[in-house]
Amino acid sequence: MANVKKHEPLFHIVKRDRMPIWQSLIIRLAAIVLGLLFCGLLCNIILDVKPMELYKTLYDGVFGTERRIWKMAKDLAVLLCISLAVTPAFKMKFWNIGAEGQVLMSCLAAVACTIYFGGKMPNWVLLICMAAASILAGMIWAVIPAIFKAKWDTNETLFTLMMNYVATQLVAYFLIVWVPSGSSSLGEQAFGHMPIVYHRYFILVAVVAVLTIFMYIYLNYFKQGYEISVVGESQKTACYIGINVKTVIIRTLIVSGALCGIAGFLIVSALDHSVTTDAVGGRGFTAIMVSWLAKFNPLIMVATSFLIVFLQQGVYEFANDYGISTAFQNIIVGIILFFVIGCEFFINYKIMFTRKEVAKK
Amino acid sequence: MKKLLSIVLALIMLVSCFALAACGDANNDAKDTDAATDTGAADTNGEVNANADFKLGVILLHDEFSTYDLNFMNGVEEAKAALGLTDEQVIMKKNIPESDACYEAACDLVDEGCNVIFADSFGHETYMIKAAKEFTDVQFCHATGTMAHTEGLANFHNAFASIYEGRYLAGVAAGLKLNEIKEAGALKGDVPKMGYVGAFTYAEVMSGYTSFYLGAKSVCPDVVMDVQFTGSWYDENAEKSAAQALIAAGCDLISQHADSMGAPTACEEANIPNVSYNGSTVEDCPNTFIVASRINWAPYFELICKNTMAGEAIPTDYTGTIATGSVVLTDVNAQAAAAGTAEKLEEVKAGLLDGSVKVFDTATEGFITVGGAALASYMADVDTDAAYEKDTEVVADGYFHESEFRSAPYFDVQIDGITLLNSAY
Repeated sequence: MANVKKHEPLFHIVKRDRMPIWQSLIIRLAAIVLGLLFCGLLCNIILDVKPMELYKTLYDGVFGTERRIWKMAKDLAVLLCISLAVTPAFKMKFWNIGAEGQVLMSCLAAVACTIYFGGKMPNWVLLICMAAASILAGMIWAVIPAIFKAKWDTNETLFTLMMNYVATQLVAYFLIVWVPSGSSSLGEQAFGHMPIVYHRYFILVAVVAVLTIFMYIYLNYFKQGYEISVVGESQKTACYIGINVKTVIIRTLIVSGALCGIAGFLIVSALDHSVTTDAVGGRGFTAIMVSWLAKFNPLIMVATSFLIVFLQQGVYEFANDYGISTAFQNIIVGIILFFVIGCEFFINYKIMFTRKEVAKK
Repeated sequence: MKKLLSIVLALIMLVSCFALAACGDANNDAKDTDAATDTGAADTNGEVNANADFKLGVILLHDEFSTYDLNFMNGVEEAKAALGLTDEQVIMKKNIPESDACYEAACDLVDEGCNVIFADSFGHETYMIKAAKEFTDVQFCHATGTMAHTEGLANFHNAFASIYEGRYLAGVAAGLKLNEIKEAGALKGDVPKMGYVGAFTYAEVMSGYTSFYLGAKSVCPDVVMDVQFTGSWYDENAEKSAAQALIAAGCDLISQHADSMGAPTACEEANIPNVSYNGSTVEDCPNTFIVASRINWAPYFELICKNTMAGEAIPTDYTGTIATGSVVLTDVNAQAAAAGTAEKLEEVKAGLLDGSVKVFDTATEGFITVGGAALASYMADVDTDAAYEKDTEVVADGYFHESEFRSAPYFDVQIDGITLLNSAY
């Protein structure tokens, strides 16, 4: 015992008090910069590319032309919309990893409207039908696991995950039904296109901007938003103060599903005018990361989804320019996220070096 | 301590910002001078390169890990070398899904100054047409598509190849191998049986496996074939397990029309001969790979580049053939193929070239039958329309005229001897 006492560790870790926001922001930014520096170094070592080339191509890939800036804004908006959708559930500690399937089902519903009603009604009526069908489909796909969770306490993670696969198979099935030639490639549909105002992505971006502000207000200033926080913190507390937990779970998932529905509607009406099994392309999962990184704050999610879209789009161009596998995208995004998540440690804790402590004493 | 940490971090940021700005400029300059010398070199480099501001853009569904896309990438590289194009003159966009992203990628390529833009996947077509309507001074070319001949756009073109002839040749090699196995008494069942891993029950796939089967049947008359569909163009696990299931069901030889290494790998593991597609798999499957047919896209890429540079029109619907060098076979792997395969293939190839051999030969009795009867007439869906109407008679002069009314295949007849294990797809 005596020996152990003599051997003091070099440093020890102390939990911090709440850090001022500006300071935590600096740490996060520094983490991103360090991450980028590390990626530059990696490029230099592995690919023999000057680090500056990486940064320049990243910048060009995202801001190089007006079209690319709009593309970035559009990708950001779609990712943000799905992130907004997963947020209320996650805030409630309901692990909904089914956004992928919920969005896909709403895409399918919207395309079904264009196929069965296209040309039979005015465009604006069709668009309303598509929006309604999408929102309904998203809601149904989200509320099924919620009901099971509320009534029988089933595991929502597995349930929502499985619902993704069911959605994919349903899309594959309908593609076979709708495409008799057997190619399973539907192609762009002629009806149900969102009118173009100012720019072809403008309405999409504007809708998501409004939704972001709405979600911020909903989560922070609405009674329902407060109930979500309470259920997330402790279900027992929620019960004690008279919140009906089951109702809150089901209601919140209806909100989640509706937002997924809006995302699906926007993807079909403003972008693809079609559906494939990978129409959502994993964004239902990326959205969870976006939401979590922003600590479920819709306004900060704008920044976190920008970070991810910026990296994906920028590194894609870099990989193309230098003839590297596009899987490089995932490596870079992974490294940056490692730094960003890692820096949380320095926000929550501080390192105390033993010698200095002794000296101070 | 807190202060120290924040000061250090702020410093790091400042330094890196300056470094970014400074080096960014330096690099800009370097790149500009590079570009200048490149153009200079190209000008003195002969007539083709006189068009130094010519650019080719290529949109790919996947990347080099898909044999399908790799085949296009190889074609681009070959054409690039033949025409003496520089790296800057060819821009490839990989992993572009069949959605609005394709239109976006095409527009981005226009912004980058591409004069001709090519897309490689069937589902890209409607988005390419959208881009073609918007940018009328840029040429848009699309492989495997069906709409150019009816769309009436001067700058939108389809291309394919008479790959059924290549499949037929590959089938001949398969038939010879089956004969060898039969003579050795090593057949798994009573009759030689082939297994085929297909993607979808779609004309391109059906034309492919039927011509492969007919090639085998031309030298091994009692052969039968089972086809298993995966419902995906690229799904390594599904393709591998489909091949394994076919092997377990008693197939003596496997071929495939799907884009991954799934089926060839399964064959190498089970030591079952494999006739491949899109390219040689001999490196990974030295004991089982016999031969592969593939479309060589290089002649087409050369054509569209040359014509665009010269200001000449690109054919609206181009069908590459054995004669244009678009339909080719890889080298025969002597370790797995039957003796005399290469010689026989040369002989049949000469027959295909001079027209004495027809792949979809409806005249020879018992060669192509549907429900026991000869195929005397068939209406195919050649012109794309919303109702998928069968609009053109394609059987005449004793054979099925594949890829003659449009480049993309339209043979979708289910003939005797081939069993579809899951025709749901």
